[in-house]
Amino acid sequence: MSEPLTAVRNILVRKSGRTILDVPSLDVKTGETLALVGQTGAGKSTLLNVLGLITRPDRGQIFWRGDVVKGGLPGSDVRRRISMAFQSPLLFRGTVRENVAYGLKVRRVPPADITKRVVAILEIFGIADRADANTESLSGGEAQRVSLARAVVFEPALLLLDEPMASLDPGTRDKLIREVTSIIKELGLTCLYVTHSREEAYAVADRLAVIDAGRVAQLGSPEDVFYRPATAAVASFVGTENILPATVFDTAEGLARLRIDGGASETLIEAVTPAVPGSVVTVCVRPEEVAIDSMTPRATGSRRNHLAGKVIGVTILGPTARITVDCGFPLAALITRRSLDELALAPGVPVIAGFKATAVHVIQ
Amino acid sequence: MAVIWDGIVQALKMIVGLNRDLIVILLTSLKVTGTATLIAMLLGLPLGVWLGLSEFKGRKFLVILTNTGMALPPVVVGLFVFLMLSRYGPFGGLDLLYSPRAMIIAEVIIATPMVIGVTLATVQALDQKLVAQIVSLGATRFQLFIKVVREARLGLLAAVTAGFGAIISEVGAVLMVGGNIKGQTQVLTTAIVQETRQGHTAIAIALSIILLALAFLVNWVITVAQQKNT
Repeated sequence: MSEPLTAVRNILVRKSGRTILDVPSLDVKTGETLALVGQTGAGKSTLLNVLGLITRPDRGQIFWRGDVVKGGLPGSDVRRRISMAFQSPLLFRGTVRENVAYGLKVRRVPPADITKRVVAILEIFGIADRADANTESLSGGEAQRVSLARAVVFEPALLLLDEPMASLDPGTRDKLIREVTSIIKELGLTCLYVTHSREEAYAVADRLAVIDAGRVAQLGSPEDVFYRPATAAVASFVGTENILPATVFDTAEGLARLRIDGGASETLIEAVTPAVPGSVVTVCVRPEEVAIDSMTPRATGSRRNHLAGKVIGVTILGPTARITVDCGFPLAALITRRSLDELALAPGVPVIAGFKATAVHVIQ
Repeated sequence: MAVIWDGIVQALKMIVGLNRDLIVILLTSLKVTGTATLIAMLLGLPLGVWLGLSEFKGRKFLVILTNTGMALPPVVVGLFVFLMLSRYGPFGGLDLLYSPRAMIIAEVIIATPMVIGVTLATVQALDQKLVAQIVSLGATRFQLFIKVVREARLGLLAAVTAGFGAIISEVGAVLMVGGNIKGQTQVLTTAIVQETRQGHTAIAIALSIILLALAFLVNWVITVAQQKNT
């Protein structure tokens, strides 16, 4: 395994007597995009600033290619291998060209090279035609492209992005996320990407670190984090709306039957888990894994769990809808608007909620 | 009323006729205030930017000190410089009292806190992430300073104007340490005081018109520069 590009050990950051970051260990591998996700105020930007040598931690060490970083003063060698872009484009006065050239200029790159490299990067970001525009005349999307081009033009070893899409409108954002993801791979950049949007994190990340209350709650592939959350807090952050306390009733052939605690239902839920009978666990089911059927039996395929209940809530979310079914405990399901209309779902309508045993994630 | 009207007419005649006394006083004023403003700028801009960007123990104390400095009564500064430069003072041997240099020293002490204070406020009003952005793009401390000065240049222009404004109109301190010696240390403000006392209304009015015109000119140049950039 290759040496991590950068790493932190025993990092502690305190502010006004409160611990806002406590990370025993985190490695960033060369060439990966590691997304730092979490609620606002969880400490993700603080971690980014520590790795970017902007914030000095109260305790702990930062490593760069295996060596301890000392100082990390403005303009130092390591500092100059790291680049950063923020939620706000933070463009300087002047033209697009002057902005993008800044990182090259402070590194004393010859003017002829600067011109060439600026043009090349502006083309990659699709804003070459705006090269001589004043930054004040740019749209939000254009300004963010300039900011990102400015951050990568000098080919940093590590690119830190702090909520780079958070102030863009949804259409511009989705397009730019796709472009930036491919540009990062094309340039072979190692990237740390802070976002509070789980969809954005899923789209950009090779690995995800969920930050909760200043700590890394889980680190893993997007699939791991989204489908096998390590804690209830991570499960909640990644959009698992059904997080229920349960007790393992019995097990057979790799399948466990669980009883939801505190619910009025006697129905057992089947799940794939190594948990032993009698153990207290947390059951997670993502709402999009839950199918809703009318009471008339229909072919249900491989779904092992069928819970009868009554609709108690319907929320329209654009092209989809969130249905809450009372099956002895509240269970949320995400269905299409078409299904909602076909099944004529409304509060009080009896339904069957179904999901596969493999869709149930059990936190022991 | 006639005396005042007469004074204004005579004053305008002196200005149009480039009266020699007027020119000498104006040049002394420009030399002393200009030099003092330049020194205050060279000291105050870096200090103000540094105070605006840094975080360290004792920073708050320095900010309070700066704000106190902005409110320093000029006559107190005059007295202090006078005592320092007087024959029995620690710097008496330099023989600077009643010279333009003494006036420059007093004016620098008055103007520098002004420049620091307004610079500090301007730098702090910048988006704090802008500083992180500049550093993250690879700037050294010096390059950061240059970039911050460029980004905040309109506010810094105001800082220098505030310093200039504080001393071009100052009379107490320059009178005490300069002595208002005609042809040497007499400046617009001290001359106005003296000529008025001696009943030379016309020349006092002429000097006042020049002083006002000077203030207008400086602010006009700065306003034009600001409007061009917004």
